[in-house]
Formats: sequence, structure tokens, C-alpha cells
Amino acid sequence: MNYVIIGNGTAAVGTIEGIRAVDRDGAITVISDEIYPVYGRPLISYLLLGKTTEDKMLHYRPADFYEKNGVKTMLGRTVTKIDHAAKNVLLEGGETVPYDKLCICTGSRPFVPPMEGLDTVQNKTSFMTLDDAKRLNNMLGETSDKRVLIVGAGLIGLKCAEGICHRAKELTVIDLAPRILPNVLTEVPAAIIQRHLEGKGVRFILGDSVARFDGNTATLQSGATLGFDVLVVAVGVRPNTELAADAGCEVNRGILINNCSATTVPDIYAAGDCTVSHDISADTDRILAILPNAYLQGETAGRNMAGGKASFDKAIPMNASGFLGLHMITAGSYDGEQYLEQDGENYKLLVTRDNHLVGFILIGDVDRAGIYTSLIRERTPLDTIDFDLIREKPQLMAFSRAERAKQLGGAH
Amino acid sequence: MKRIYVNEKWCLGCHLCEYYCAFANSGKSSMVKALKDHKIAPRIRIEERDNISFAVNCRHCTDPLCVKGCISGALSIVDGAVQIDSDKCVGCYTCILSCPYGALSTSNEGAIQKCELCAKNAFGQPMCVQGCPNKAIVYEER
Amino acid sequence: MAIDFLYPQYEVVRNYDRCIACRACERQCANEVHFYDPEFQKMMVDESKCVNCHRCVSLCPTRALKIVKTDHTFKENANWTGKAISEVYRQAGSGGVLLSSMGNPEPYPIYWDKILINASQVTNPSIDPLREPMETRTFLGKKPGKIERDENGNLIPNLSPQLELKVPVMFSAMSYGSISYNAHASLARAAVELGTYYNTGEGGLHQDFYQYGPHTIVQVASGRFGVHKDYLEAGAAIEIKMGQGAKPGIGGHLPGHKVGPDISKTRMIPEGTDAISPAPHHDIYSIEDLRQLVFSLKEATEYKKPVMVKIAAVHNVAAIASGVARSGADVICIDGYRGGTGAAPTRIRDNVGIPIELALAAVDQRLRDEGIRDQVSVVVGGSIRNSADLLKAIALGADACYIATSALLALGCHLCRSCQTGKCNWGIATQRPELVKRLNPDIGSQRLVNLVTAWDHELKEMMGGMGINSIEALRGNRLMLRGIGLTDRELNILGIKHAGE
Repeated sequence: MNYVIIGNGTAAVGTIEGIRAVDRDGAITVISDEIYPVYGRPLISYLLLGKTTEDKMLHYRPADFYEKNGVKTMLGRTVTKIDHAAKNVLLEGGETVPYDKLCICTGSRPFVPPMEGLDTVQNKTSFMTLDDAKRLNNMLGETSDKRVLIVGAGLIGLKCAEGICHRAKELTVIDLAPRILPNVLTEVPAAIIQRHLEGKGVRFILGDSVARFDGNTATLQSGATLGFDVLVVAVGVRPNTELAADAGCEVNRGILINNCSATTVPDIYAAGDCTVSHDISADTDRILAILPNAYLQGETAGRNMAGGKASFDKAIPMNASGFLGLHMITAGSYDGEQYLEQDGENYKLLVTRDNHLVGFILIGDVDRAGIYTSLIRERTPLDTIDFDLIREKPQLMAFSRAERAKQLGGAH
Repeated sequence: MKRIYVNEKWCLGCHLCEYYCAFANSGKSSMVKALKDHKIAPRIRIEERDNISFAVNCRHCTDPLCVKGCISGALSIVDGAVQIDSDKCVGCYTCILSCPYGALSTSNEGAIQKCELCAKNAFGQPMCVQGCPNKAIVYEER
Repeated sequence: MAIDFLYPQYEVVRNYDRCIACRACERQCANEVHFYDPEFQKMMVDESKCVNCHRCVSLCPTRALKIVKTDHTFKENANWTGKAISEVYRQAGSGGVLLSSMGNPEPYPIYWDKILINASQVTNPSIDPLREPMETRTFLGKKPGKIERDENGNLIPNLSPQLELKVPVMFSAMSYGSISYNAHASLARAAVELGTYYNTGEGGLHQDFYQYGPHTIVQVASGRFGVHKDYLEAGAAIEIKMGQGAKPGIGGHLPGHKVGPDISKTRMIPEGTDAISPAPHHDIYSIEDLRQLVFSLKEATEYKKPVMVKIAAVHNVAAIASGVARSGADVICIDGYRGGTGAAPTRIRDNVGIPIELALAAVDQRLRDEGIRDQVSVVVGGSIRNSADLLKAIALGADACYIATSALLALGCHLCRSCQTGKCNWGIATQRPELVKRLNPDIGSQRLVNLVTAWDHELKEMMGGMGINSIEALRGNRLMLRGIGLTDRELNILGIKHAGE
């Protein structure tokens, strides 16, 4: 069996490990346009923050990972086309690589909206890859005298802000939305995080956007002008779906896959940020560009590619992030009956719907949040547990004795 | 593989497992040195209510969501046990978000901490098991 | 507040250099002696509540605790001891009967400790139990006086039902109620593993323990609690309890607060009611009456099970035993005055009855003299503390021994003698679920098996030293015993010579 994986992120690692759980022998080829071994992309902000190093980052898996798993890597190579009839992929430069089973793990790329005068900005970058982080690092230099403007107050923009806050003279985050983290948080918790970051010196301009750039000056829609030395564009990401679409896979916003991570074209699988997931907490299809999801889809793809049986049907949006000491864990959807506790920076929102926990937001005290996540993921009917108890704090005490005996007395 | 199993029927809620855990992972030569005037942050924790109590620590899942979701690769399976490389851990808490048992916790050092079956400390055998007076925590093959 | 005449008996000594304030002592003390003072950030004590059970001491992970007897004292007085004075204060305060538990703790002579064991030298070889066969198995029950054959010369089986003991030790009667479910489970499981028996006491047999029936002696006592056909049939033998060494002549009383749903079901009495065992069996006023009960029970179980009769060692025990032997009982059990109890009036426990050593010697001699020794087996209990006591008892004439205090010690009992409070910190003499769970029968049964196995090893060593290789050859072999520091009268009763003779 000849397995080919396009891309070399977390989904690709999941795919490799999934294949190897079933098939120790088949040939695996990983093709990626990045030159690095796999690394956890979310680490780039921690790299700038100094919590990790490039070397540690590049050891997301041990140095002998590819060798031990019998993976041939073709790094710094770009796939231009998938020929599903001939069952091969065509690389830039004309080389073809044949496959029996293919997995597309092409991830996403930064979305840069058309902004007038953007080309006049000299020091600008997206914030997605290790190279982006290195570029930003160089632009900031050693002097901590740069004024930085981050466009986008989503997770990427804010993690970037956290990473470089201590190295910028001024740090401004601008977003058209009226609150930060608009896709992750509701208003109140967003304000808590915003206040916390403001306390650390980050300035926010919300409900406004850049009308045009003129060199190192941004003119906002509101008419104000803003000087900066370094610009980070973190408006959003777009899935890399072109290869899949071209090969005949059904694609809307992302590549469509089923629970087995199979696309609509035989022998072609897809996993990670380039795909559309079914969010069971909201019962909708959406792109869930989050690392654990990428791994699980990849692993599912790998097992199925190798002839095993695997199904992943528990995708939910979820995030764990810290912002300069204040932690936040969120999961699921916020549409339903809300239970709220707030005490200073500690914030807890639990959302239930139809006898199920469907979402939560925890800020500050995030201890044992996974117990909540598990309720969403496993769709545990709330009338089978002591919900009043688990509402106080996540705890196994809320489950029945028999259920606990299973959880704590058996191997999982 | 041998794992730690908990039988709440025999748990007395004495919390000694927590103290033996904290001692075992302190690197100190005696429990007094390790724990006197310290607030402990053990990797095994007792839940108790009314007369029910039980210890919770890492289940060392064969299919661990924490390892699969770890953004830094700090969590990995070594000989069947889930281990943490605290040098690699950046403290993002994705594992805390993922673990259905709430078995990983924060530590003062920034990295997360979890039960590693005392494999990395001087004792080599789980000390919570040794310290349990009533065999409510056992270390065995199941 | 009224004046408290009593000063606490014990002091809790805490080494604050070692205390890590883990609060295990606090969590483990049902008497609420220890508590944490958040203001001082220190563990504190109220020693007036301490019963000296050592639970905290045993669980303290840094060995920061010890319990000492207070050195606070009354003016010295050999007659009016501190204990005597305090008891007056207590009764003057309460107006009540003093209650105690476990065995008589008073400094009466312990005859076991005044008896020495013989060993072989030169003329008769000793036996090495590791290399040569050594039999500590024994059988309890009536032994036929003669061999009978039919006209063809074939043996006529005339052996009464027997109890086979792999070791000459059984666990004596402790009711479910006086001790916990887990204590019973430990005893039952150990009896099975050891090839011996435990005894239900008068509390009936919990449904869960019917599975251990072949290693269970079911007791029928004056309250008849929990006695029904299935119960009688479940056991390997039936014991009629006429008396108990700790409290001869009086009955028993399990307070209603200990009669929870399980005990209520097992004893067949309403939940929360006091379980009162009358002092006498109201249908037994003579040996003839006893004989009726013995045969009723045999009839009910088709003569398949030995019937045992347990009596307390009292002044005329030999004559009583003779009567019991003639009542049709297969085994006589004699309980000495140091035998334990879950609760007894202190005065009775400490002043009524006689030592088991003297009772045993008198009974064995009387039955031999009357030529009826083979009609019954004799089992003794009432403070058999070790394998030497066991060996001496057998040499004095016992077929086997009952142990209970030793067994409870193996389970963790520290002889604090507070069973009557129902707050046993070791999970033994309590019915409070949070305390009962402290005794894990996996651990308890193993410790019992260890204890009896160790005794069996020692017994074999000592027997080997005497050149004896079976219990049969040891039983009643008083030549193997010598007294030390005993009067002629005592030696005479014990039927042994003085050391040097």
C-alpha cells in the first residue's frame, strides 16, 4: 500500500499515526511546501513570548519520528495537482508521486482582505507559520521601540498580541467587531479578557477598521489616524481547498468529509483545517480550525486508509488559551439556557439545551474543564448525572457510582 | 500494562494519597522536609461528598485525548503511560480542556502536571498506592 | 456548667516539627479529638475525647503523634486508686451501670504464663517439622466408644458428624451487630482459606455470607435472633450459647441505634429496636431441657451437623460440663473470664467467672473420671493470646481453641475497650458505614490467615521439640507441662507437676 499525505501539520501526524496503528509496512510519503518537520502551529505565539524555542517547537514529535514510522518526507515541495484517475499527485517541477490512498492535510492560509495602500506598508506579516513568527521577530528587533498594529482581535491576533506585548513600545489591536474574540466569546467574558490585556498595555480599537494605509500610517474608517512600525494582519484564515476541488472532491467553504474523513472522491481523504466538520454541539457544519480536531480527523483518516475502521463524530469547537496569565477555556455552542457565575476575573457560563450541556465558557478558574467538554462530546443526558453538583465545579462525583466505577476502575 | 485503579468502596477520604504524591514528586528526602508548611499540589486528588470519597488521577488512557490534542507535543505515551515533558509544555491548557477525568492540573512552574506513575521520581512505584491504608488505590494489570 | 471531676486519661503528644498538617488524624478520628485551627495554622486536640485507639498514630504519615497516659494524678493511695476514684465520680455523675468492652483487664493471675512446656533431649528424639510429617489437623465431635461390625465382619459406620479443622483454632462467636459486616467478611474468608470455622454469634447470618456456610458455626442463643431453618442448615455446626466468659449469668443488649436495615433483616427484628438477649434461655432450666434443644436442633438438621454447647467458665464448671456432655452435645465450648465482649457491665466483666486454664483442667479431668471424655470434644476460649497458650490449652485437654480478641487485633483492634460506643475507628465494632469501610476484608482476611498460619508454624515447632507429631498425641498430655510459681493447690487443679519435679 502506498500512502501519500499532502501537508505536514498536526492532521498529517494524526494520519501517519492512524495508518501505523493498522499498517506497519505500507509506504508513506509526506509532501509539504514548508521546509520544517511538523510543529504545532499555535506555538508560534509562545515562541515569541519565550515559552518555547524553535528547537523545542520542531520536536512536536521526536527527531526520529519520520524514520521510525517509515515516512518519506518531501519538504519544500508544492503539489500542483491531484490526478485521481491516474492516482498520482503532480509536484511543481513535473515530478509525479503515485498513491493508493491520499490524504489532503493542506490546512489553511491567512486571509488578507483587500485594504487600500497595504502594499505601501513595508513591515507587515501574517501570523500563521514559523516563518511568519521569525519575520515578525526580525521586524521587532531587539530594541522594544516598535509600535505594532494588529488587525484582527480573533484568537490569532490576540495570541500574537500576548506573544509580543513585552517587546513593543505600543501595541494596538483593531477589529471591526464590537468586542474581542467575537467568534469565541460572548460580550461579558470578552470584556474581562479585554480589560486584562489592557491592564498589560494592549490598546484596543473596536468597531472600527482601517480604511487605508499610507506607509506607516493607518487611517481608520472613523477618520482617526494611527502610526505604526510593524503591521500584523490577522483577520482570519481560509482553507486550502483548491487541490481537492480540482480533483473533483466536493467542496464548499472547506473540503467535505464524512465521519471516516473520506472525501467524495474514492481513496482521497482529508483532515484538519482544510475540511468542514460537523459541530455536534450546534448540529451544524462548519470549519473547526483547531488542533485536536485536526489530529483526530487525521487519525481517523489514517486508520481508514489502512483498511481499519474508525469514525470521528464528536467534533465540537473548543479552545484553551491564556492571555498573559488569565486563562480561558471554551467549548461548544452558546445557544441555549444559560447558567452564569461571575466573580471578578473568574467567569463561568454553562449552556444547556434539551437535557444536554452544549457549551461553556470558563475564564480564570479552568480546573478540570475537560469534564464539561466530555459532557458535550459524549452527549451525556443531564438527567443521568447530578447537574446541580457538576454546575458548582467539574467533578466525577456528579456521575452515578456505577459510571464512576467504569471510569476509575477500568482501562480506557 | 499496570495502571492505578481506584475503588471508592474502600476510600476513607484520608487524603494520604495526595500527601504521598506531593512528597514523591518533591524530590525531597523526607515527607516532613517536602511538605511542612507547604500547600500541596498533588497529581492525585480526592473528591468527597457526604460519605463518598475517591481519588482521581490520570487514567493513562490507551486513546488519550490529552496527547492527541497537545499543541506542543509535550504529552506523549511512553511504554503505555502518558508522560509530560514539562520543558516542552507551554501551558496552553488544551489538555485540561480535553481530559474527561480532570486529571491534569496546573503547576506553579507554568507547565501542567499529571500523574506519571512515579516512573520519573526516586520511588519508581506509585506512592499513592503505597500510602493508601485501605487498598482503595491499587496498581495492577486489568 | 457543672464541675467535671474527671481529668482526661490520655494526652495526645504531637511533634510539631514533624506535623505537616495533612489532617489525616482529624479525618480518621470518629471521636473528634483532632481539629485544625486555621488561625494558628496548626493541628489542635481535645484529649478528653481520646480513647487511645491509635488510629491517628497509625495513619500519621510523618509519625508526629503518640498517645501517652496522663501523669496527672490523685494523691497516692494503694486502696483508692485513681481508677477506683474515677469510677465513683462517673457513677455519681451518671447514676448508671459502668459499661466496658473486650476482656477482663484486671491483674488476676495468668496461668498460661505460669506453665512451661517440655522438650526432648537425648532419650526421645525431637522432630523437625520442616522435614517430617507433622499433623495439626483435628476433628471435633463425639468419638465412638467401640468399633462395630455386621455379621459379615464389615464395619458399621457409627461415627457422629465431625468438624474437620486444618488447624486447631477457630474464630469464636462475634455477632453481626457487635462487629461489622467487613469484620465478618474477613473472618469468614479467612476461615475458608485456613480450613477452619468462624462463628456467627447470636446475630444471625447475613445473606451474603451463606456462601461461607461450610466454614460457619451458626449460633443459637437466648434471644434466638436470626434463627430459622435455612440458617441452621447453612452452617457446618450449630452452637447453643448458654453463657459468655465476659459476662456469665447475664444476657446481651444490642442498642437500637446499631440495628440498621441489614442487621434488622439478619436478626429478624424491626429496625431501630433494641436486641435484648435474655440472661437465661427461657426454655432451659435443666440439663434435660438443654437436651431437648440439642436434639431439636439435630432433628431439624437431620443429625448431619455437630451440636456444640458454649458455657462460661464459672465455679462449678466441671459438673456443668459433665451435664452438657450427657445432654447429647457433640462439643463443649468453655469461655474463660478473660473472654471479650462488645459491651458488658464493668463489674461483671471484671469480677465474675474463673480463669479458663483452671476450668479446662477441671472439666477435662472430670470428663475423664466419668469415662465420658470421648463423648464430647472440648473447645476453650477466653484469651488465647499466642501459639504457646494454644499448645498449653491442648496439653491441658482441649481439642481446639477459639480465638476472638487475637483475631480482632489482627484486624487492627488496639484494645481501646470502647466497643460499646459504636465509634470503632478501625471499622470493627461499629455499624457506621463510613467507619465500617475502613476495614477492607481483602486486607483483614489476609492478616487473619497470616496470624493463624504463623501460629500453626510455631505450634509445629514446639510439638516437634517435644517429639510429638500430632494433635492427638498432644491432647491432654499434661506430662508435657510444668508449673512455675504455683501453689500445690493450683498445680493439683491444673493436674501438672511443678518445674523441677
